[in-house]
Amino acid sequence: MKVEAKILLALGLFFGVMGVVYWFWSREATGSVMMFAGMLLGFLPGGYYYWWSRRMKARPEDDPNATQAQGAGVVGAFPGTSIWPFTLGMGSFFTVLALVFGIWLLVPGLGLVVWALFGGVAESRRGGKV
Amino acid sequence: MVDTLEHPVDAFDDHGPGAEHGPDEHHGPTGILKWITTTDHKVIGLSYTVTAVIMLVIGGAFAEIIRAQLATPSGTLVSLAQYNELFTMHGSVMIYLFAGPFAFGALANIIVPIQIGAPDMAYPRLNALSYWLYLTGAITMLSGFFTAGGAANFGWVAYAPLSNSLNTPGAGADLWIGGLLLTGFSAIFTGVNLVATIFYLRAPGMTMFRMPIFTWNMLVTAILILLAFPVLTAGLIMLYADRHFGTHIFSVAGGGVPVLWQHIFWFWGHPEVYILALPFFGMVTEILAVFSRKPVFGYKGMVFATLSIAALSLGVWAHHMFTTGVVLLPFFSIMSLLIAVPTGIKIFNWIGTMWRGEVWFSAAMLMAIGFVVTFLIGGLTGIYLASPPLDFFTHDTYFVVAHFHSVVMALVLAGMAGLYYWGPKFTGYLLNERIGKIQFWFLFIGTQVFTLPLYLLGLRGMPRRMAVYPHDPQWKFLNDLSSLGAVLIGVSTILFVVNVVVSWKKHPAGDNPWDGQTLEWFTTSPPPHHNFYRLPVIRSERPTWDYNHPEHHAIAHAPAEVKR
Repeated sequence: MKVEAKILLALGLFFGVMGVVYWFWSREATGSVMMFAGMLLGFLPGGYYYWWSRRMKARPEDDPNATQAQGAGVVGAFPGTSIWPFTLGMGSFFTVLALVFGIWLLVPGLGLVVWALFGGVAESRRGGKV
Repeated sequence: MVDTLEHPVDAFDDHGPGAEHGPDEHHGPTGILKWITTTDHKVIGLSYTVTAVIMLVIGGAFAEIIRAQLATPSGTLVSLAQYNELFTMHGSVMIYLFAGPFAFGALANIIVPIQIGAPDMAYPRLNALSYWLYLTGAITMLSGFFTAGGAANFGWVAYAPLSNSLNTPGAGADLWIGGLLLTGFSAIFTGVNLVATIFYLRAPGMTMFRMPIFTWNMLVTAILILLAFPVLTAGLIMLYADRHFGTHIFSVAGGGVPVLWQHIFWFWGHPEVYILALPFFGMVTEILAVFSRKPVFGYKGMVFATLSIAALSLGVWAHHMFTTGVVLLPFFSIMSLLIAVPTGIKIFNWIGTMWRGEVWFSAAMLMAIGFVVTFLIGGLTGIYLASPPLDFFTHDTYFVVAHFHSVVMALVLAGMAGLYYWGPKFTGYLLNERIGKIQFWFLFIGTQVFTLPLYLLGLRGMPRRMAVYPHDPQWKFLNDLSSLGAVLIGVSTILFVVNVVVSWKKHPAGDNPWDGQTLEWFTTSPPPHHNFYRLPVIRSERPTWDYNHPEHHAIAHAPAEVKR
């Protein structure tokens, strides 16, 4: 987990330094804001991973001498097939078309989106482990 | 229906892969219902592949019409207004709908989980949603052609104030914005999925510094997507608000700043160049290593080069805006020139990988070498453009067009290499090598004949985005040459389609046709529902090679002590 954390922290540090250099050299607001936002995108997840990496045991995928048997057990519960991504996609499609062809398209659009959200969550609950 | 995934070691048996499990062990819906309800990363990736290749053909058809129009100085094939739509949609289709989704939606989706020994992507349903957003986004954007005002016609960059509701009214522009919103979210979700998969679903022993270079590049690409795409989405919402809700974010009249759009657009747009390029760099690295029968030369250098390209790429956006006169020239010039260093390391390592290897000139290898040559031309001319005085001279001329077409045609070569190399893995059948090699020569020569005259045209002052141009014999000759190149590229694309039809289910590939090095060549072709029946011991960045060639020592890149 440490390598993962370091990559993100290094990116965050780079954007932080560049953001400072850029702001004091150019005084241009748009780019500086975007650079500092980039810094946060590095530091927030990077800091989270780093915090955890110091508190957890090394996972089999972090161990260079791991055997396959060390990874035995349940990886996770994954939906085999699901109609809800398609429903949500079509809902988003109609919602975007509402931006162009008229507000009435929000009715099928948001309808499908809400239906898919309920359906997808219910599917996960039935599976019990997702 | 929910499957509880056990680690593949539980399915280990001593009778070889597939002895007790057929590839059809997973019982699910078939036909169109399978396509709609699937959450299997391989099926989704195949849908992405087919859709992206269709987009390549559509965008290529636009390019052929554009080159036919420019073959004569006062071409009358299309009207001036139609020409604007064509070059806008050619760029939009190729950038938003082909190159990116082909890389991170199609090949990465199929290959990355297999390369790290994962049973699927981390979020299978989100992965499926990504595909549906991409498909509907593509339909939305292209449906502009069927509206009364035609498709979007403000160039693929949609600069303010050309893109406001006065200058480009009509549904075509709004459909372009809507299509981009959908494909943008599709890209963001794929980025989240790739990062989570690579961080959390690696097989035991697959440390970060044992991941194949393609997976590394996809990780960096995914992080870049997460940094860049939300900015574009925000910008598009601002643009839509300006067009319809009466805001004045980008209009001077209301106190807004038109250049703000350029800042936002290129803060997405320049990382986007690397979001397009890095996956193809990764593909080529894998292919050069496998067909030279050597490990990747300078593995860690390759990884750090990729990381530094990604970091630098977020600090160079305004080199597209040198001529606006309101950007800090030295900063962006230095940062842009710095990118040449890690890119040079990559070129050096690619050559080092082939150096003294047993090079096998298969179709995939030829295309990968063609990529290195073409990309070098495109990359070197990029160094000129990073210099503001030279950029002032060539800005908005065909020199810029030639520069980025060298780069993107190199990516097309790499993409084709990827299809010849990995196609057998996910279809189970080889493509015809002879047709592949003929296709390579058409594509490679066509690319050079198409782009090299454009450099000269640019230096002679021909501006981009013109449907007609002055009667100058030199200009006409160079344009004709370029159009000839476009025809050759068109023939190569047709040859690819012919190859797919001719070799359809003819030559079974077997599990490991190229004597591959990474995990995807350890499983069956096509892989079973959750990818692996068993996994080898992973001690280097090429576990399959170590398993098949125990006489060679594994080259360990990770230190022996445990890193948490």
